[in-house]
Amino acid sequence: MIRRWICAIGFSIAATQALAADPVEIGIGYLGHAGVRSTLSLVQQPADNDGIAGAHLAIEDNNTTGKFLNQHFTLQEVRLKEGEDVAQAASALAEHNGFIIADLPPDALLKAADALRDRGTVLLNAGAIDDSLREQDCRANIIHVAPTRSMLADALAQYLVWKQWKRWFLVVGSHDKDKLFADALRRAATRFGGKIVQEKTFEDTGGARRTDSGVTLIQRQMPVFTQQVPAYDVLLAADESEVFASYLPYRTWDPRPVAGSAGLVPTSWDAAQDQWGSTQLQNRFVKLNSRHMTALDMQAWTAARMIGEAASRVNSGDPKAMLNFLKGPDFSVAAFKGQRLTLRDWNLQLRQPILLVDGRMVVSVSPQEGFLHQVSELDTLGVDRPETKCKLH
Amino acid sequence: MWRRCLLFGLGASLATSLAAATPARAYTAYVSNEKGNTVSVIDTDNWTVTKTIKVGQRPRGIEFTRDGKSVMVAVGDDDTIQVIDTKKQEVVDTLPSGPDPELFTQDAAGKILYVANENDNTVTVIDLEKRARLGDIQVGVEPEGMTVSPDGKILINTSETTNMAHFIDTSTRKIVGNVLVDARPRFAEFKPDGSELWVSSEIGGSVSIIDPVKHVVTGKINFEIPGLRREAIQPVGIGMTKDGKTAFVALGPANRVAIVDATSHKVTKYLLVGQRVWHMAFTPDEKYLLVTNGVSNDVSVIDVAAQKVIKTIQVGELPWGITIEP
Repeated sequence: MIRRWICAIGFSIAATQALAADPVEIGIGYLGHAGVRSTLSLVQQPADNDGIAGAHLAIEDNNTTGKFLNQHFTLQEVRLKEGEDVAQAASALAEHNGFIIADLPPDALLKAADALRDRGTVLLNAGAIDDSLREQDCRANIIHVAPTRSMLADALAQYLVWKQWKRWFLVVGSHDKDKLFADALRRAATRFGGKIVQEKTFEDTGGARRTDSGVTLIQRQMPVFTQQVPAYDVLLAADESEVFASYLPYRTWDPRPVAGSAGLVPTSWDAAQDQWGSTQLQNRFVKLNSRHMTALDMQAWTAARMIGEAASRVNSGDPKAMLNFLKGPDFSVAAFKGQRLTLRDWNLQLRQPILLVDGRMVVSVSPQEGFLHQVSELDTLGVDRPETKCKLH
Repeated sequence: MWRRCLLFGLGASLATSLAAATPARAYTAYVSNEKGNTVSVIDTDNWTVTKTIKVGQRPRGIEFTRDGKSVMVAVGDDDTIQVIDTKKQEVVDTLPSGPDPELFTQDAAGKILYVANENDNTVTVIDLEKRARLGDIQVGVEPEGMTVSPDGKILINTSETTNMAHFIDTSTRKIVGNVLVDARPRFAEFKPDGSELWVSSEIGGSVSIIDPVKHVVTGKINFEIPGLRREAIQPVGIGMTKDGKTAFVALGPANRVAIVDATSHKVTKYLLVGQRVWHMAFTPDEKYLLVTNGVSNDVSVIDVAAQKVIKTIQVGELPWGITIEP
């Protein structure tokens, strides 16, 4: 990839002499971590190119538009292995790229941002959903394309409240991420009028996600784990670590639906989404990558499209001019969500509707009807301006 | 909302029974029902659906042939355009479009058809007499809106993700200009005298006024409706009277049609119609304008002179496009 990029540079220098109207080259970096997480369901196991596949499609889309504006976009990918220095990798990428799309854990993302601060390079966070990155740890050089945990939790809670399923049994995993999601669900309950009737922790005692003995044991364990609970409408599972949530549907003691990390799941995107012209995007993605488009793919697509949108609107490849546009009042991007997406100016979080999906279909899209807001109904999802802890300036 | 619609419909039908006293020539309107996979036929004399025609999957763009004998309807999920014989009122033929056709337009003589193929980033050119594909023109991402200039020299195509109106020379079939507009441009319409091109941007929430000679945006129409968020205002279909004085713009989920003074570009009135209003067509005498309401499964009839909605007609599932016999 790097070699190809160097070739492109060499070519463009050589061509400058010959052609008067060389395209403006706009380099985008992609900084991710190596390896993929293990999921309980084989069907949900992410592909090796999860995320960057979306960025590649957006580069194609940007280049189709770029043909008419004499702009050309390239993508340079770096995958960090365990123990590699993120600050160094980010700085190296920033040598040739004005913007970097990042799929990194929160601490690594902050290290990368701080390493790039003086250079002025901006990271587009496509992967991390931590609220802290948009609140107390916010940075002026990170634009957040991924939704936050609180946006996801609020989207789910609005639907459950709209459905009048207000009594929730919350099961929380034993890892930090799971606890953060549980915090977001508790906050959503308070905001929208849900009631958590009982909480239980599901300890991760280790063990393999796949066994030859199969489901026999799980079928005995899950009913026992979910019995003796006060009357509830929905079981909410907070299990980002993929330890137990997918074992719960159809195995609860009482016949109740499951939501959260399994069952009805809040997400930025799903392969089943076909509203608002999405079919064209889904088709383009499948044609290019021979697989379905995930939420991470969509977040990376949107990030690269935001950069393309900025380049076409300011008719320039100058990162500073593009950034001013992205942060300015005229920025919006169309991303197949039925309405324009804009940035919250207080913490640079992309406002977006959240899909509620069951693995086969899009069940609903939040914000739900009737959840009103004085600025944008999308701000009923997540931490709003009056509550923010972010100080960008 | 539903109740309001129903009450409104009742009131409107009373008004129509009075209006029906004045005799007007009856026309036939054809409405494509995107989800129903049907086309509803409306008699404009008594505003009733006289027939529902089964067509292919996901019918959207729909237009009469110039001779008035057939109706062409793009059935995107079947990757073709079907031809309905208006006498038999059934599908009798198909045209060789590219994959996933959505909207199309034809030249003044009715001999050449230009089709936007969303999946392919192309505009397909079809010879209507020979039923043959003449070629493809590469355009931006997700081509949609299509129109031909009144002098026939320029074809306009809008691309939804590229956010441009492409100017294509109809004789060379080459792009001669590209104009950037607001997000997700969906529909293009020339002023009858060819002096202006109007392009609606669904997500951008505006209509761009373009100088077709200089290829620049000279003005923008924005819409403000008290009590409605900016995000809900999503302009799609545009209709203009033949005298070029008045334009109607469908505003999607804002459930309204804006009436615009086409000279000053000022919005003069908003008409409440059904839910998610998409496209529109005038009766040839321009007495009435019919608009399709996607979510409420009906068509609103607007009295053009009175600037009032006079009737609501229930059609098939998710009505999208509409055409009225010439």
